[in-house]
Amino acid sequence: MPDLSRLDPLKPILPWLLLALGLVAPFALSSYDLNLLARFMAMGILALGLVLIWGHGGILSLGQGVFFGLGGYAIAIHMKLADLPQGQIPDFMLWSGRESLPLWWEPFTSPAFTIAAILIVPTLAGALFSWAVFHRRVGGTYFALITQALALAFSTLIISRQDVTGGFNGLTDFTSVFGFGLSSPGTGPVLYWVTLAILCVAFIGLRWLLASRFGILLRAARDGENRVRFLGYSPTPFKVVAFAIAAMLAGIGGALFTLHAGVVSPALIGVVPSIEMVVWVAIGGRYSLAGAIVGALLVNFARDAVSSAFPELWLYLMGALFIFVVTLLPQGLAGLAKGKAA
Amino acid sequence: MDALFLNQLFNGASLASLYLLAALGLALSFGLMRVINMAHGEMLMLGGYLAWMTLLVVPGALGIILAIPVAFIGAAAMGGLIQSTLIRRLSARPLDTLLATWGVSLILQQGARDLFGAIGVEVRAPEWLSGSFTLAGITLPSARLFIILIAALVLGALALLLLKTRIGLLVRAVNQDRMMASAVGVGVRRVDFTVFCLGSGVAGLAGVMLALLGPVTPNVGQSYIIPAFLVVVMGGLGSIVGTTASAIILGLFAALAQIFVDVSVAQMLLLVFVILFIQVRPQGVVAVKTRQLDA
Repeated sequence: MPDLSRLDPLKPILPWLLLALGLVAPFALSSYDLNLLARFMAMGILALGLVLIWGHGGILSLGQGVFFGLGGYAIAIHMKLADLPQGQIPDFMLWSGRESLPLWWEPFTSPAFTIAAILIVPTLAGALFSWAVFHRRVGGTYFALITQALALAFSTLIISRQDVTGGFNGLTDFTSVFGFGLSSPGTGPVLYWVTLAILCVAFIGLRWLLASRFGILLRAARDGENRVRFLGYSPTPFKVVAFAIAAMLAGIGGALFTLHAGVVSPALIGVVPSIEMVVWVAIGGRYSLAGAIVGALLVNFARDAVSSAFPELWLYLMGALFIFVVTLLPQGLAGLAKGKAA
Repeated sequence: MDALFLNQLFNGASLASLYLLAALGLALSFGLMRVINMAHGEMLMLGGYLAWMTLLVVPGALGIILAIPVAFIGAAAMGGLIQSTLIRRLSARPLDTLLATWGVSLILQQGARDLFGAIGVEVRAPEWLSGSFTLAGITLPSARLFIILIAALVLGALALLLLKTRIGLLVRAVNQDRMMASAVGVGVRRVDFTVFCLGSGVAGLAGVMLALLGPVTPNVGQSYIIPAFLVVVMGGLGSIVGTTASAIILGLFAALAQIFVDVSVAQMLLLVFVILFIQVRPQGVVAVKTRQLDA
C-alpha cells in the first residue's frame, strides 16, 4: 500500500470523525433533519466522483446532473409503476392524453431491472460520451463546454417530453419502494443506513483506486498528457474509466436522493444544479475525498438555511463563493485544514 | 414544404448571425488566452437592457441606432472590468477561470433580476423594423434581415481591424506566439485587455439584436450562449474564419432540424452533431498547422 497521506491533504482523523457523526446522527436528529442529512449524503456520493475526475483527472464536468438524473429517474419510474393498480397508467400521462405506457417504461416494473439500470445506464452513458470526446484528444475547456451543452440538452428534453417524463414538474408522490412504505416510521432510518453504507463503500473504493497505479496514471495524465503518451500509455482509457465511475456514483447518488426527497425533476439536474455540484467539491477541496463530502454537506445545509429565508441571497452567495474559493482557495477547505492555503 | 424549407433557411441565417455575434468575443479571447468567460452570456443581457434604457431616453428610430454604440461601450466596459479584476489573475488556470466567471454570471443575473424584475422588459422595435418583406412566397421579417446585416457589418469591421490596423497586427502576433510576441516588446496584457473589451462589446451588440426579437430577461443570454460555446468548440482555435463557418453550420443545422423535430430534440441533435464533427476534425473547422504538441 503506498503512502496515502500525501494524497489526501486532510489529516487521517477526518474520515473517522465523519463516520462517527454519521453513526450517531440517527439517534440525535429529528426525522426531518435526518432526511435532509441523508439527501445531502447522497449528493456527497456524487461529489466523490467529482474528486476522482476533476481533482485527480483534471476533467471538469459541468454535466454531472445528467447522470444524477438518469439514476433518479430510473428509481422514480419504478416507484411510479409500483404504485399503479393493474392495467392503469400514471395520472400525468392521462393528463397529457396518452393511452398506454411507453414501451421503455415497461421493464422498470422489475426491481432487479431497475437496480441494474441505476448502476449500468449512467456508467455506460458516461463511458460512451467521454470516449467520443477524449479519444479524439479533445479535452480541458472544450470538454467542460460540451458537458454543459449535454446538461442543457438533457434537461430540455425531459421538460419537453411531458407525456413520458412528467415534464417540468418531474415525478413525485411515491408511496413505497421495493415493498417498504415510504411514509412508515421505520423506512427513513433504514434508507439512511443504506446511504451511509454506500457512501462508505464509495469512499473506501475511491481511496484505494486513487492510491493504485490507475490513480497515479490518472494524475500523470492530468499533469502532462503528452508525457504519458511518450511513456507508452494511452491516457484515454484512464480518463474514460474515471469518467464512467464518476457517472456511476452520480447515478447512485441520484437514485438515493430521489428516495429521500420523494421527487426528481429537471430543476434538480439541469445546467445550474450541475455546476452547483462542482462548487461543493471546490469548497470542500477538489483533491480530498473527505473534503468533498464535507463540502457537499456544508453547502447544501447552508443553502437550505439561506434560501428558505432569502432565496435571492443564495445566488449572490453562490456566485461569490465560486469567485472566492477558486481564486483564493484552490484546494478548498481541505487545503486550509492542512494549513497550506494557497 | 418548399416554402417552409426556405423560411427555415432564412431563420437559420439569422440564428447563425446571433450565434456568430455571441461567439466572436469568446473565440477571440479563447485564441489569445485559452480561457472562456462564462459570464459572456450576461454581456448579451447587458446589451439588451442598455438598449431598453436607451429607448426610454430616446424613443423611436433614432433610439435603436443610438442603442448600438451604447450597448457596445457598456458591455465592453463590463468585460474589461471582469478581465482586469478576475480573468487576468486566473489565466494560468483555464478551468478555474471558467468556474470563477460562472460565479460572476450568477451575480450579474441575480443583479438584473433585482434591478429590472424577473419578468423582463419589452423593447418596441421601430416601424421600419417591425414590418416584413415578401420574397418568392416567403416572408422575411425586417428585424431578422437587420440582424443578418449587422452581423455582416461587424464581421467586416473586425476583419479590417485585424488585418489592416496596428492593433490587429499585435493581436495576430500574440495569437500566433504569445511568448515570442512578448519577447519582442508587444504589450501582451494590453492586447488581452483590448481583445476582451472588443469581444464583450460585440456580445453587447448581439444583446440589442435579441431585444428586437423578444423580451429582455435576466437569463436571456443563457439560451444563446451554450450554442455559442459549441460554435467555439467547433470553430478551431481563435480563428475568425473558423468561428464564422461553424456559426453558419450550427445556425442552419438548428433551424433546419426544426422542420422535422421540435426545438428540444433539435438541441440534442445539435450537440450530437458537434460530437460527431469532433470525431472527424477534432482541431475544429479551421486549424493552424503547427508542430507544437503542447500548445
